[in-house]
Amino acid sequence: MSSMEALVTPSALQTRTKLRAEHVNMVFQRDGQKMAVLEDINLEVGDGEFLCLLGPSGCGKSTLLNTMAGFLSPTSGEIKVDGEVVRGPDPRRIFVFQERGVFPWLTVEGNIGFGLFKLPRQERERRIAHYIKMVGLEGFEKTYPPELSGGMKQRLEVARALAVNPDMLFLDEPFGALDSITRLIMRGELLRIWEAERKTIIFVTHDIDEAVQLADRVVVMSARPAKIQQIVTIDIPHPRDISSPRYLELRDGIFKQIGLAHKV
Amino acid sequence: MNSLAEPGKWEKIFWPLLVSALLLAAWHYSVLWTATKIFPSPVDVGKGIAELLRENVLWGDIADSLRRVAIGFGAACTLGIPLGLILGWYPAADQVVNPVMQILRPISPIAWIPVAIIFFGVGDNAAIFLIFLGAFFPIVVACIDGVSNVPSMYRRAGRNFGLAPWQLLTRVLFPASLPQIIVGLRIALGIAWLVVVAAEMIAVDSGLGYLVIDSRNSGKRYDLVVAAMLLIGVIGLALDLGFRRLERIRSVRWGFRNEA
Repeated sequence: MSSMEALVTPSALQTRTKLRAEHVNMVFQRDGQKMAVLEDINLEVGDGEFLCLLGPSGCGKSTLLNTMAGFLSPTSGEIKVDGEVVRGPDPRRIFVFQERGVFPWLTVEGNIGFGLFKLPRQERERRIAHYIKMVGLEGFEKTYPPELSGGMKQRLEVARALAVNPDMLFLDEPFGALDSITRLIMRGELLRIWEAERKTIIFVTHDIDEAVQLADRVVVMSARPAKIQQIVTIDIPHPRDISSPRYLELRDGIFKQIGLAHKV
Repeated sequence: MNSLAEPGKWEKIFWPLLVSALLLAAWHYSVLWTATKIFPSPVDVGKGIAELLRENVLWGDIADSLRRVAIGFGAACTLGIPLGLILGWYPAADQVVNPVMQILRPISPIAWIPVAIIFFGVGDNAAIFLIFLGAFFPIVVACIDGVSNVPSMYRRAGRNFGLAPWQLLTRVLFPASLPQIIVGLRIALGIAWLVVVAAEMIAVDSGLGYLVIDSRNSGKRYDLVVAAMLLIGVIGLALDLGFRRLERIRSVRWGFRNEA
């Protein structure tokens, strides 16, 4: 399947387009040599969609995410959000790093309130309380991040992002540093939050199971220079049964697409 | 008790006291055995401190030394912290200023004494200027390093939440580099305390440094010289311990790994 065919997928057309990547190319200069990182990326993301970018480590999927978030500008091509060309980071689109992104000099409250400096105090406090509750950090309001577990820090960072009420979240392998049990719990939490708030989420991962468990669509990317190899629609309603035939079929399809037999 | 066990509370006090007592004893008996007429024994020094206290000169000297350090160190902080933050933030500006800094930095403040006297005359201002010089460069360098070591993730998060440049400086770069800045300030305060003694020997007629040189010049009172030296040591230690308390502030404690 070519990337152009892949563009026309049902779930992208059902809703309004939120983000559109048009012929995005990225070339880095390294030691005087040009290195193509992204090659002709064309992609549409629907409003409220949960999209996973899946590919091998170092393929350029993080570069694509950073470009979408406005931290990098593409060498050629354009990223548009709501029809407007992205020219830099914006509080309407929050980037969530691995849990190391929380500010260690601020309490849980301080971190969640970090982006709310333009709001009146009452509204700020209301939102902080709301999101502390949403991510289950009640009782830790005055705690500093070094005293929190990895999973709690990650929830804190998601709460900090949600508190400014963005339209979109960019998550760059957010659960990569967590142990496998916490990671499973966090996936469930993220889906619960997404179903409650319906933000558009673009989620980078190299974990095929994670992508199939979470996403409406999985964008499978090739090794560098990253091209879109295939876009797979995951047509299983949440909560997903990860031992159902359809789940295994979709997962194995992606394994094959990436060129891995699913045997160890 | 195995070697991994925490030492008991009495041991934490006992061993240091024992070592100090042994050193004092070694000093005392060395003076006795060599039958020196010039160098004082610990007992002489104790009497010297008592004499200084009786004559009420000591508190004035201590206050003068501390005042000069406070002003010189305070000025170095006031100018050095913002300058260091800005240079750390704009590497281009740092590259312009860096060569000059690197040349000025290794010059001992002591070498500046003649220049300081030309600028400010003999008096308080010259001494304060020297303290300022001694403290200024370590502070600037600590701030530059602190800011350039801030993980890019924090800067990006700050920009992502829509912070204006000066907000990024005050709300992200400054708090993120504060632990490193505090270490730099502590080093700078130590240097300031070293410099004040030297400066007071030459530029002024009060303070602990002056007490040292004056005790020698007016009657070779080496008991008072050593008494003043010990006081300088004790006050320096107290300043350092006081400053270390800053490391326990909760918003910077993350930067000091040995804190549990």
